[in-house]
Amino acid sequence: MLIQGNKNDKMLWGYRAYVAAFFIFLAAPLLSAATFAFNDSLFPALPWQGFTLNWFFGDTEPKLGMFYDRRLLSGLYYSFIIAVMVSLLTVFIGTCNAFLFVRKDFPGKNFFYILMIVPLVIPGVILGISILVLASSAANGLENQFNFELELLRPGIFLVILGQISFTATITSLVIAAKLKKFDITMEEAALNLGASTNRVLWTVTLPFLRSAMIAAGIVAFLVSFENFNTTLFLVGSESPLTITMFDRVHKVGSTPVLNAVSFFLMIGSGLLALLSIFVQRDKSARN
Amino acid sequence: MQKDIKRLSLILLFAPFALWITLLILLPHIGMVVLSLREKVAPRVYEYGFANYIEFFNEPIYWNTLIRTGSMSLLVTVLALIIGFPIAYYIAKIAGPRLRGALFLLCLIPLWVSDLIRAFGWILLLRETGVISSFLQWLGILSGPIEMLYNDVAVIIGLVYTVILFMIVPLASTLDGMDNSMIEAGYNLGGRGITVLRRIIIPYAMPGIASGCIIVFMLTAGSYLTPILLGGKNSSWFTEQIYDQFITRYNWESGAAFGMLLLAFTSIVVWLGLKLTGQTLANTVTKT
Repeated sequence: MLIQGNKNDKMLWGYRAYVAAFFIFLAAPLLSAATFAFNDSLFPALPWQGFTLNWFFGDTEPKLGMFYDRRLLSGLYYSFIIAVMVSLLTVFIGTCNAFLFVRKDFPGKNFFYILMIVPLVIPGVILGISILVLASSAANGLENQFNFELELLRPGIFLVILGQISFTATITSLVIAAKLKKFDITMEEAALNLGASTNRVLWTVTLPFLRSAMIAAGIVAFLVSFENFNTTLFLVGSESPLTITMFDRVHKVGSTPVLNAVSFFLMIGSGLLALLSIFVQRDKSARN
Repeated sequence: MQKDIKRLSLILLFAPFALWITLLILLPHIGMVVLSLREKVAPRVYEYGFANYIEFFNEPIYWNTLIRTGSMSLLVTVLALIIGFPIAYYIAKIAGPRLRGALFLLCLIPLWVSDLIRAFGWILLLRETGVISSFLQWLGILSGPIEMLYNDVAVIIGLVYTVILFMIVPLASTLDGMDNSMIEAGYNLGGRGITVLRRIIIPYAMPGIASGCIIVFMLTAGSYLTPILLGGKNSSWFTEQIYDQFITRYNWESGAAFGMLLLAFTSIVVWLGLKLTGQTLANTVTKT
C-alpha cells in the first residue's frame, strides 16, 4: 500500500479526511439545488423560512409550483418525446453496429471503427452547428430550386433529435458491442445444429442475451438526451426542451425556487433510472 | 446462395452505420468547411477564400479568447488530475471491497444530473446572497455579503466539478487492474512513498491518466453552460463567440470558421496527447 505501517496512521486519517472532503464537494451543489425546493421563500437563498411543497404543487402566483407552470411542463414534455425517440433510434443503430463490428469482417473495418468513435471527441457545440448548417443549406436549396419549403429541416424537434443521435449512437454502440463480445458463439451453433433457422436463433438466443445491454444503453441514451445542452442549443426551434427553458430562466429571468423543484424532480428521476440500468445489468450478469 | 445471404446481411447491417456517419457527421462537417470558406461580398453574391480565418487572426479579441479557453482548459485538466488521482487511488486500492462499490456509485451520481443543475447549485452556493456567503457572515468571519460568482475562480471550480468524474472513472478502473504486489515489491526494495508513486504507480496508471486528461480537456474546451452561468458576461469562452456569431449576429460564415478552429484546436491537443502517451483513440474512449 502507498501508506503503510502504524507510524503512518495519521497520514491515513488525513487521507480519509481528504476523501471525505471531496465527497462533500461533490454533494454540496446538488444538496443546495435540492434543498431550496422546500424553502417557503420567494428566493432560493438563506435564511430558511420553513418547509413547503408549494414549489411543486402551488397553483397561484407568486408561488406557482412546477406542476402548474405551463412552460416548464411543456419543456418536460418535449424533453421526454425527444429522449424517447433518441433512445429508441440509438439502440437500433447501436445494435446494428455491434453486430457489424463484432461479427462481420469487411475491408477497412478498423478505419470505420475509428469513424464510429470520433463523434464522442467532437465538441457538442460543433456537432450542433454543423448539423444546423447542413440542414439549413439543404432546406434553402430545396426552396430555391423547387420552391418547396421543408419545415422539417428548420430548427426544431426533428433536428434536435438528429443532433443528439449523432453522438449518443456511439455510446449505445460501445455498450452493446461490449456485451456481444462476451457472447459464447457455441450457443448459436448449438441452436443451429438443433435445426433452428438463422432468424429464429437471432430472436430466441442472441437478442435475449443482449437484452440487458440494450435496455441499459437505452436508459443511458435517454439520460444523455434529457440532459444535453450544447448540441441542442443550436438546433432548438420554438418547442424548447426543459434544459433550454431552465437555462433561459437561470440566465435571464433570475431564479425562483421553482427551478430547485425541477432540479429535485430531475435528480430523483435520473437517479432512479441510473439505478435501474445498473440493476438490469447486474441481474443478468449474475445469472450468466 | 449462402454467400449472397452473408453479403446481404453485411449490407443491411452497414446501412444504419453509413447513414448515421454520413448524414450526421461527415456531410455536416464538410458543409461547415465549405461555409467557413465563403464570404458574402454583396447580397446573394459569395466569394470563396480564407477571409473568415484571416479575420479571426486579425482581431485580437477572437484569438485571445481561444488562447484563454485553451489555457484555462489545460489548468482545469491539471487540477482535475491532481484532485482526482488520490480519490481514484483510494477507491481502487485502499477502500474495502464494499466501500469501493459504494464510493464508485457515489462518484457517478452527479454524472446523471445535467450540467445545468450542477451550475445552478454552484450559483446558489457562491453568489452574494448564497449559502457560503451567508454562512460565513453567520460565523462572524465576514461583516457583509461577498460576491464569489462571476470570476475566473468560480468558472474553474464549476468546470473541475463538472468534469472530474471523467478523470476519476478511467483512473480508478486502470488502478483497479494493478496488482498490489507490485506496490509491495517497490517498498520491499527500499523505495519510499514518493519513489513508489513516481516509478511504479504513475507509469502503470498512464493509460488511465491519458484517457482521463483527453476526455476532460475536450469537454472543458467545448463547454458552454458552466463558463456562461458562473463567469457571467466576462467569461469570454470560445464557444460563446461561436454562439454569438451564429445566433446573435447571424454571421454563419465566420461562425463556421470559428467552429472549425475550435475543432482543429481540440483535435490537435487530443492527437498530441495520444502521441505523447502512446495510446490509441479506441482504447481511450472505451475506458470511460
